[in-house]
Amino acid sequence: MEWQEVVIRLFKNKISLIGLILIIFFGVIAIGAPWIAPPSDPSEPYMVPRAGWGFEPQPPSSEHIFGTAEGQYDIFYGIIWGTRTAFRIGFIIVGISSFIGILVGTLAGYYGGWFDEVVMRITDIFMAIPFLIAAIVMTTILGQGLRNVMIALITFGWMNSARLMRSQVLSIKEEEFVIAADALGAGDFRIIFKHVILNTIFPLVIEASMRMGSMVITASTLSFLGIGAPEGYADWGQMISFARNWILGGEGNAIKYWFTVVIPGGAITLFCLSWNLIGDAFRDILDPKLQ
Amino acid sequence: MSKEKLIDVNDLATYFHTEEGTVKAVDGVSFEIYPGETLGIVGESGCGKSVTSLSIMRLIESPPGKIENGEILFNGKDLTKLNQKQMRKIRGNDISMIFQEPMTSLNPVYTVGDQIMEAILIHKDVSKKEARQEAIDMLTKVGIPLPEQRVDEYPHQLSGGMRQRVMIAMSLSCDPQLLIADEPTTALDVTIQAQILELMNSLKRQFGMAIMMITHDLGVIAEVSDRVAVMYAGKVVEYADVKDLYGDPKHPYTWGLMYSIPHIEKDLERLEAIPGNVPNPLNFPEGCKFNTRCQFATDKCRVDEPELEEVEEGHYSACWHVDKLEEQKAKQGRG
Repeated sequence: MEWQEVVIRLFKNKISLIGLILIIFFGVIAIGAPWIAPPSDPSEPYMVPRAGWGFEPQPPSSEHIFGTAEGQYDIFYGIIWGTRTAFRIGFIIVGISSFIGILVGTLAGYYGGWFDEVVMRITDIFMAIPFLIAAIVMTTILGQGLRNVMIALITFGWMNSARLMRSQVLSIKEEEFVIAADALGAGDFRIIFKHVILNTIFPLVIEASMRMGSMVITASTLSFLGIGAPEGYADWGQMISFARNWILGGEGNAIKYWFTVVIPGGAITLFCLSWNLIGDAFRDILDPKLQ
Repeated sequence: MSKEKLIDVNDLATYFHTEEGTVKAVDGVSFEIYPGETLGIVGESGCGKSVTSLSIMRLIESPPGKIENGEILFNGKDLTKLNQKQMRKIRGNDISMIFQEPMTSLNPVYTVGDQIMEAILIHKDVSKKEARQEAIDMLTKVGIPLPEQRVDEYPHQLSGGMRQRVMIAMSLSCDPQLLIADEPTTALDVTIQAQILELMNSLKRQFGMAIMMITHDLGVIAEVSDRVAVMYAGKVVEYADVKDLYGDPKHPYTWGLMYSIPHIEKDLERLEAIPGNVPNPLNFPEGCKFNTRCQFATDKCRVDEPELEEVEEGHYSACWHVDKLEEQKAKQGRG
C-alpha cells in the first residue's frame, strides 16, 4: 500500500480523524505556546509562574482561567507549556527506544544463530524487570530531572519493539525476494535496509504510536512521584502532583478543588487517547488480517 | 564435446545438521555444464535439486546447512573456497538465479524498474539514469509490452507470467554465463509455461549463456535441455543426453518416472506409479537408496551402493541391474 493511500484512509476513518484532530490541536498548542501563554521570563519559559505564595489552590478566575495549583502555580500556563514537554518526552523516548528495538530485533532476526540467542536472552532479562520499578530506581540513581527520566524509560522501553521486529524479520527473511536479492549479489547491509526493514516496519509504526501515549503517562507518573521534572517545571505529571493534597476536596465540598485534578488529568488522557486512536486506525488500515 | 567446462561440480555433498540428525540433502553429486548448453536436473520433491543449486550459489543457510565435501569449479575457480565478498561478485553477475514463485520473489514495496536496476547498480559502474535505460531494454528483451510504462509499476500490478519475465530480466541484466532456474514454470499455468520456456530458449541463444534447469516436470526438461541429470535422494542416479534418456532410460527410477506419465495415444484404465515414497532423508536405506521401491532390487542392492557408471557412450546410470531393466523393457515391448 502506498503512503498516499494510507493518509487518505486515515482521514476517512472517523475514529482516526478524531485522533488526528486532537493531535493537531495539541501540536498547535505546543507550537503556539509562546503566544498563547507568554512567559514572564523568556530565558526560562518552562518555569511555571506563581501568582503568590499561598498554599491553597485558587479556583479559575479571569486572571488564571484554569485556576492555580498548590503554591499558586498557574495551571493554564503549566498545561500549555506542558504540551511541549509531553511531545518532547513522547518523541524522544519512543523514537530512540524504537530505533534501538528495530536495530536489535533486525540484526538478531536476520543473522540468527548464537548472536540471536545472546541478544534475545539479554532482551528477556530486561523484560523480566518490572518496568515502573526499574524506571524509578534508575531515575533515582541518575538523579531527578526529565532527562534522566527519559534515559530510564528508553533503557527499559525498547524490548517490545525488538521482539516484534525480530519476529517480523524472521518471517520476511524466508521470502523469496530476499533470497533473490542475495542471489543477485546484494550485500547484507543492502538487503537489510532495502528489502527487510521496509517490509517489516508497519507493525512497528503502530506499536510506536500506541507507545507515545503510554510513555507520556509513565513519565507523568514519575513526575507525580516526585522524581521527574523539578518543581515548578511545566509538566503535566507535575501539575497533577500539585493536586495530591486536594483530591479529596475541602470542608463539605468534595469537588471544591476539581480543577487541580481534572484539567491536567484531562490533558494527559486526551493526549494518550489521540495516539491510541491513531495507532488503532493504523492497525486497521495496514493490517487487514487483524480486522 | 571438447569445449571448456563452464561449471564442473565434483562429488558435492551438502548436509544439514539438525537436532534430529544429519540430513544428507546432497550426497556426492557430480555433473558439468558447458557454455551455452542447458542441463536439466529432474527429481521428486526433496531429492536435493534445489539444495544443489543453492550450494552452487553458496546460499545454503549455515547453520544448519554446510557444504561438507566436493568442489564446484566455475571457470576453473572453486566456488566452495571463496569468501562471501568474492561470492557476491559472482552472484547476479556471472551466475544468477530465478525462482519458483514469481508471486513472492519480487519485493512488493519497490517498482519492477527499481528491482532490475538494483542488480545493474550492484555490478556495473553506471549512473541511475543509464541503469534505468538498461532496465527498460531488459524488459523489452523479455517481451513485456510498454516497457517504459511497466518499469514504474509495482509487482502486484503484474500477472504471474509477467512477474516471471521481470525475474528473468533481473537475472539476465548483468549478462551472466550461467542461469540457474529453480522450477521457473511450476507456479504458472500451462500456456504461460510454454511462453516462458520459449522465452528462456531464445534468450539463451541471444545471450549465449548456459542454463541449469531444475524441475520435477519431465515435459519441461524434454523441451529445453541438452543433457539431463536425474536425482534421487541426494544422488544423481542417471545422467545422459536428453534423447538417450527419454528414448532408453537405464535406471529403474527414471524408467518408472517415464512409465508414470500419461500418454495421449494410450487409453489407460489407471496410471502406473512408482510404489512407495521417497525415503526419509534422516534415515536413508543402506545400499542403493532406491532399493525400497525398486522391483529389481536384490540383496546386493540392499548392501552396496552403486556408483554412476557409463552404460552406453555418454549415458551414465547408477544401478546394479541395468540388464534386468533391459529384459523387462524387452518383455513389455513385446507385450
